[in-house]
Amino acid sequence: MYVLIVFLPLLGAIIAGFFGRVIGDRGAQVVTCALLVTAAVLSGLALFTVPFGEPFKVPLATWMVSGSFAVDWALRIDALTAVMLVVVTWVSAAVHIYSVGYMSHDETVPRFMAYLSLFTFAMLMLVTADNFVQLFFGWEGVGLASYLLIGYWYTRPSANNAAMKAFIVNRVGDFGLMLGVAAVFLVFDSVDFDTVFSAAPDYAGTTISLFGAQLSTLDFIAFLMFVGAMGKSAQLFLHTWLPDAMEGPTPVSALIHAATMVTAGVFLVARLSPIFEYAPLALMFVTFIGASTAFFAATIGLTQFDIKRVIAYSTCSQLGYMFFACGVGAYAAAIFHLFTHAFFKALLFLGAGSVIHGLSDEQDMRRMGGLWRHLKFTYAVMWIGSLALMGVPFFAGFYSKDLILEAAWASHFPLAGYAFWLGLIAAVLTAFYSGRLLFMTFHGAPRASEEAMHHVHESPLVMTIPLGFLALGAMFAGYLGLPMVTGDHAFWAGAIYVKDIHHNAIEAAHHVPLYVKLMPVVAGAIGLVLAWLMYVAFPALPDRVAHVFRPIYLLFYNKWYFDEIYDVLFVRPTRQLGLFLWRQIDASVIDDYGPNGVAASALAGTKRIVRLQSGYIYHYAFVMLIGVAGLVTWYLLVVQD
Amino acid sequence: MSDWPLLSLVIFLPLVGVAFILAIRGDDEALVAQNAKAVALWTASITFLLSLLIWAQFDPAQGGFQLVERAPWLTGLGVDYHVGVDGISLWFILLSTLLTVVVILGSWHSVQSRVKEYMIAFLVLDTLMIGVFCALDVVLFYLFFEGILIPMFLIIGIWGGPNRIYAAFKFFLYTLAGSVLFLVAIIYMYVVAGTTDLPTLMRTTFDETAQFWLFWALFASFAIKVPMWPFHTWLPDAHVEAPTAGSVLLAGVLLKLGGYGFLRFSLPMLPDAAVEAAPVIFALSVVAIVYTSLVALMQDDMKKLIAYSSVAHMGIVTIGLFTFNMQGLQGGIIQMLSHGIVSGALFMCVGVIYDRIHSREIKRYGGLAERMPAYAFIFMLFTMASVGLPGTSGFVGELLVIVGAFQEHQWVAFFAATGLILGACYMLWLYRRVIFGGLVREDLLTIKDMRTNEVVAFAPLVILTIVMGVYPQFFLEPMAASVDDLLRHLDATTTLAADGP
Repeated sequence: MYVLIVFLPLLGAIIAGFFGRVIGDRGAQVVTCALLVTAAVLSGLALFTVPFGEPFKVPLATWMVSGSFAVDWALRIDALTAVMLVVVTWVSAAVHIYSVGYMSHDETVPRFMAYLSLFTFAMLMLVTADNFVQLFFGWEGVGLASYLLIGYWYTRPSANNAAMKAFIVNRVGDFGLMLGVAAVFLVFDSVDFDTVFSAAPDYAGTTISLFGAQLSTLDFIAFLMFVGAMGKSAQLFLHTWLPDAMEGPTPVSALIHAATMVTAGVFLVARLSPIFEYAPLALMFVTFIGASTAFFAATIGLTQFDIKRVIAYSTCSQLGYMFFACGVGAYAAAIFHLFTHAFFKALLFLGAGSVIHGLSDEQDMRRMGGLWRHLKFTYAVMWIGSLALMGVPFFAGFYSKDLILEAAWASHFPLAGYAFWLGLIAAVLTAFYSGRLLFMTFHGAPRASEEAMHHVHESPLVMTIPLGFLALGAMFAGYLGLPMVTGDHAFWAGAIYVKDIHHNAIEAAHHVPLYVKLMPVVAGAIGLVLAWLMYVAFPALPDRVAHVFRPIYLLFYNKWYFDEIYDVLFVRPTRQLGLFLWRQIDASVIDDYGPNGVAASALAGTKRIVRLQSGYIYHYAFVMLIGVAGLVTWYLLVVQD
Repeated sequence: MSDWPLLSLVIFLPLVGVAFILAIRGDDEALVAQNAKAVALWTASITFLLSLLIWAQFDPAQGGFQLVERAPWLTGLGVDYHVGVDGISLWFILLSTLLTVVVILGSWHSVQSRVKEYMIAFLVLDTLMIGVFCALDVVLFYLFFEGILIPMFLIIGIWGGPNRIYAAFKFFLYTLAGSVLFLVAIIYMYVVAGTTDLPTLMRTTFDETAQFWLFWALFASFAIKVPMWPFHTWLPDAHVEAPTAGSVLLAGVLLKLGGYGFLRFSLPMLPDAAVEAAPVIFALSVVAIVYTSLVALMQDDMKKLIAYSSVAHMGIVTIGLFTFNMQGLQGGIIQMLSHGIVSGALFMCVGVIYDRIHSREIKRYGGLAERMPAYAFIFMLFTMASVGLPGTSGFVGELLVIVGAFQEHQWVAFFAATGLILGACYMLWLYRRVIFGGLVREDLLTIKDMRTNEVVAFAPLVILTIVMGVYPQFFLEPMAASVDDLLRHLDATTTLAADGP
């Protein structure tokens, strides 16, 4: 059954991808959707019928063996995997069906469906991985699918750039993950989860000599792994790709950049809880990054006008919540929020897609307004999704987000207070930008051109049914997932490890005073009322506020200038250094000294020495590169011996 | 069957094909060309099938040389004709025979002039390549090793691009310069050990000073072949001017000679010097990875870009070989095989559009995905293999080398892993400019997707890339015993701390 869940989407991808022309658009849609729905049903059965005990394993084949470095292809099914299987296949099935309608005008439907199914397969491989290397396979596989889907409309330069950016920024994270895998093997002499997890407690508090320094073993490994998670989950410093990724078709944003792939980082931290639990420094770092991202991304969300970008920053912010939940030891709460978030965020994206589809591909909220009359169903589900996101009582987000904040309040982990207060402020901001989005899009006077307004239409059934399904999820996923966070982790049966099963953050969260429980709700209410005041009651107010707080507004509006800073810090120097190495070093130095003779090069050499003092940073950067090489040599030759 | 001199048969069979081609005469040039191509394809294919027999008869449990043939040759000097294979050379032989078939198929339509001579050059090259990986006598090895330069020199110089003469000479003289020192080293070894027999020399211990000088003499030859930074500048020129088929074999097989030389000579014969030299090798490899990746990023010429990426990838190889542990060595070998397939395939990808538009300039293209979906798919696959996506061959080598290097020197692993990021930068940038974007150029509007011969030529490479990525055991297992032997030999002869395989 598990093999079917994982490989049915791959089969769909192969059929649609290679035989798309044979079976036609409709054929590709039917095949991929049918296979995905089957996988979704099977996953549901798996979650609700399989009793959870020891992790259950399905060995598939040997992957590679080199000395004691042995890696298998195998599926590992435990409670954590089962939850992820449900999240991935359910949302994916909804998105597949929705895409039939949304992409109906597209010219290469089979290609799109194949990519979607390929993504689902890679994501399932990621969550069922039995070892670090297979996890890495899924990890990079989803990266590839994300790259292909962001750049799906490959004739648009902006889409191509966004796709490349996503892949490369993710690679920065993967770089950490790869070194992490190597470090795990060095320490544990194995890359199997079981072996590593059972040995991890023995290494608590030990140090290891790496990179010429004494480092805390588990903290270091956890840190490297978390760098990978930061890339995939678009956390602060590695978040820049996510908003740009909105260049992809909207169903892609819903599936990959809201519900599943970006949550892989959270999954990773939860999966590696046996390591993180013994890595207090790394956990502190996780808390810091998570809480900071939750706040930071929300501030940007306040000022954006592209409807999809607002939701993208919201995703970024919510992922921050999940991470600081992990950081304070409430892994279960993080996964619970991941579960509920998948439904309401996918709903919001698909709802936004329905708006965009109805408004002839308009994404700018400044040219929307007054749409509720025309898009009643979409309007209703967008409210449901937003209420869930705001954490309004009895919607899905209420249970999970409040729990995270309560856990942060109750936790004794370092920086938990920082996380709580930033999380609380972010809750206000969340409610504000959600309200702003709803009011700007659906209320007030229409700002779209008359022609566009004339064409506005509600989406077809094939799109509204998935919306309805996800709306149900946004309402009831909270109840559905409650067993995850009650009853002393019994649900997880060891899939999530906490050092002290009776005195952890989740347990403590259930016993916080009433006013703590109320604070997030109040915060949500404040944000929503503020949004109502500014965008419904006094529509002139936003401009005044932006004017008065202009520097802050610009900072938020320009996304804290991250793209510009990175451009100056990394992109340009890299290109200039490349050009310099090629033109100056390769062509001049190496070739002139080598093939073109010593005599000629002596003359040229003097000239170059003058050129050395050029004042160009990239010249000096090259010297540093040589210096590093020299130092490494010296270090290895002299110091180590 | 086992009594047959299988190795010699495989080595010299292509020369039989050459004889046949030489016998083809006629006034109808087209017919002559057609026949020459057919004979070459048949010969290369049969050679490949026979080389599969080597694989079939190979016993993976044994670490030593197998299918050994020995005959007295230059009796006065004690030089024998001595050939054999182990778990390492086996794969390089298969790589050579396979790629020869692939390039003959691939250039079916693209070679127009002097077809007879063209095919002869490739068949001779085939013989020499197989020979060098089979040779178990230093003199024999040297003959093949140097002999390879001649057909490749001609291939670049005759069928190459506009600047082919400069490139051919640079290639020839540069690599020959290194080989002179190699020759000196061989002579010294012969004088000291009194034999040119490779297995015997592998067990001979040279004193430390001798090891030092011998190592660096061999290094000069192998480092140029690999090529390691800063001896790499001949490569971009040679690749740019060489015809597609030449580039494929140059990248696919000839670059492997350097790595193979380190494995066959430097590590087993000069273990102490190799251990001493490892930091230098690491430093040069690290510079190669970072430096050439950055240079690759700035290229406007597709072939130059891929040539520079080759230098970066070979940096991973040299790091792996000098980690002296199982993962590093096996990773290095797998990386060589993978690079042989993947960069060969990438050069063929360039060749496909070069045949149609006659330009290697990246700017000339854009938006090919629309007209050439099959090509776009294949190009994407090899792009991903080149950046080391898990599930492709490129990943396995990189992972093993990084894991291996991390155990010895974390900084080396760190810089090797930066290749992960930089590789993605230049390859995706290339792909984006060639395949994606709007189809605006007029002559591209009618460009045709891949021909049958091209699809057939790519097919084995596609399959191998995926098999090597998903089930690398197929390749790792047979080489394990030989690599293990080498490691145990290294542990026994050096002060190297026993890290265990």
